[in-house]
Amino acid sequence: MAAYEIEIILNRQLADCLSIPVFITDRKGNLIYYNEPAEEVLGRRYEDTGEMPADEWASIFHPSDEAGNILNPEELPLVKTLKYCYPYHRSFWIQSLNGKKEKISVTSYPILGRSSKFLGAVAIFWQSKDE
Amino acid sequence: MRINLRGVRGSIPTSGPGVKYYGGNTSCVEISAEGWKLVLDGGSGISNVTWHEELNHNRIDILLTHLHMDHIQGLGFCKPFFDPAMEMHIWGPASTTQSLHERLSLYLSPPLFPVHIRDLPCKLHLHEIDKKNFEIGPFKIYSDYIIHPGPTVGFRIHYRSAVFTYMPDHEPALGVSGILEDTRWVSGIDLAKGSDLLLHDAQWTDAEYPQRMGWGHSSMDDAILFASMAAVKHLLMVHHDPGRTDDMLNEMFNEVKNRSAVSFSFEPAYEGMEILLG
Repeated sequence: MAAYEIEIILNRQLADCLSIPVFITDRKGNLIYYNEPAEEVLGRRYEDTGEMPADEWASIFHPSDEAGNILNPEELPLVKTLKYCYPYHRSFWIQSLNGKKEKISVTSYPILGRSSKFLGAVAIFWQSKDE
Repeated sequence: MRINLRGVRGSIPTSGPGVKYYGGNTSCVEISAEGWKLVLDGGSGISNVTWHEELNHNRIDILLTHLHMDHIQGLGFCKPFFDPAMEMHIWGPASTTQSLHERLSLYLSPPLFPVHIRDLPCKLHLHEIDKKNFEIGPFKIYSDYIIHPGPTVGFRIHYRSAVFTYMPDHEPALGVSGILEDTRWVSGIDLAKGSDLLLHDAQWTDAEYPQRMGWGHSSMDDAILFASMAAVKHLLMVHHDPGRTDDMLNEMFNEVKNRSAVSFSFEPAYEGMEILLG
C-alpha cells in the first residue's frame, strides 16, 4: 500500500506531540489516525482499531445541540471541511463514554499540500469553556 | 547507467588533507547512459562533471532535490550554461509562493553572482516538479516530496531493470516517535522501495540527532533503518558533516557497522565513486 503524503505524515507527527485530541482523516473522511488524547474521547485505541471508515467513527459521538436535537452531519465542522476544503469551528454536545453529555468545541482544517492538492482534514477537539 | 559521485559532503565544501578520501565537494551525482546525461543537484561537485563525454546530442538535464545553497552553489560554474549550443534543462521542486526561476535568480544574479540567469547563453528550460512521473531519454523518473525544510523532492530513477534512488537530504525520523513501523507513515518509502541502490542522508550519529532534530537530516542508524524498511539492495550514505575528517567518518561508520545486522550492504559514499547499474 502506498505511503501517505508527507503533509499527512507531518500532521500525525505533530498530533503525537500534542495533549489535545486530534483526529486525522483522508479526503473521504476515513479516520486514518488519532492521537492518545483522542483515544480517550473515542474510547478506543488506535493500535486496536487502525483506520476506521467515515460512517463508523462519525456515529460514535452522537453530536447534538443544547436542546438535545441530533445534529445533521452536514452541520459538523469536519464534514464541512471535507466538503468545502475550508476551516470551520463550532461548539456542540457529545455523549461521553459514560453516557454523560459534555460540551465541546471542534476546530477543523483541510490539509492542502504544496501543490494545493486536498489531501485530508484534521479535527481538534477542545473542552468547551462555555457555561 | 554509470553513476559517478561528484560531491558527497553536506552543508559547505571542505578541503584539506583530512578529507582527502571522502572528499569535500557538496552534493552532485552524474548519471550517464546511451549518450544521455543527468546531473543530480548542483553542489560544488558539479565542477567535476564530465560534460561533453559520451553525449550524442546537446542536451543535459540537471535535477535539483531542493534549493539549499549546498545543492545549487555549483550551478554558476557549470560550463554548459555558457555554451549557446547547449540545451539545458533544470528540474526543481515546485513551491507554493515563488517560481523556480524566481528562486534560482536569488542566487544567479548580482550581488551573489555576476551573471543574471536570463543572460546565460545556453537554451535554458526550467521544469517545476512535485509528485510526478516523467521521462528523460532512457530514464524513467519518479519524484515526490520528502521531509526536509522547504520544498524538497527525492528521485527514483529507472534505467532498464535497475532502480537508483537519490535522497541526499531527508529526515524520515522527524517526530517524537522516530521512524514509524508502519511504512505508510514513512516519508520517502515509495521512492526507495526495492531499489538496487539508495543514496541517503546520514549526517549524524545517533547521539547527535536529538539535538539536531528538525534540521532535515538523518543519523546513520536511521538511514540504515529506512533502507531496511524499504528493502533496498545497497545503501550509500552521504551528506557527510563538513566538520568530520576521514578518520572521524571511518570511526563513526565502524561503530555503526559493528552493531548493525542487516541483509544489504551499506557504506559511506566517497567523492569519485563509480557504480554501474542496469
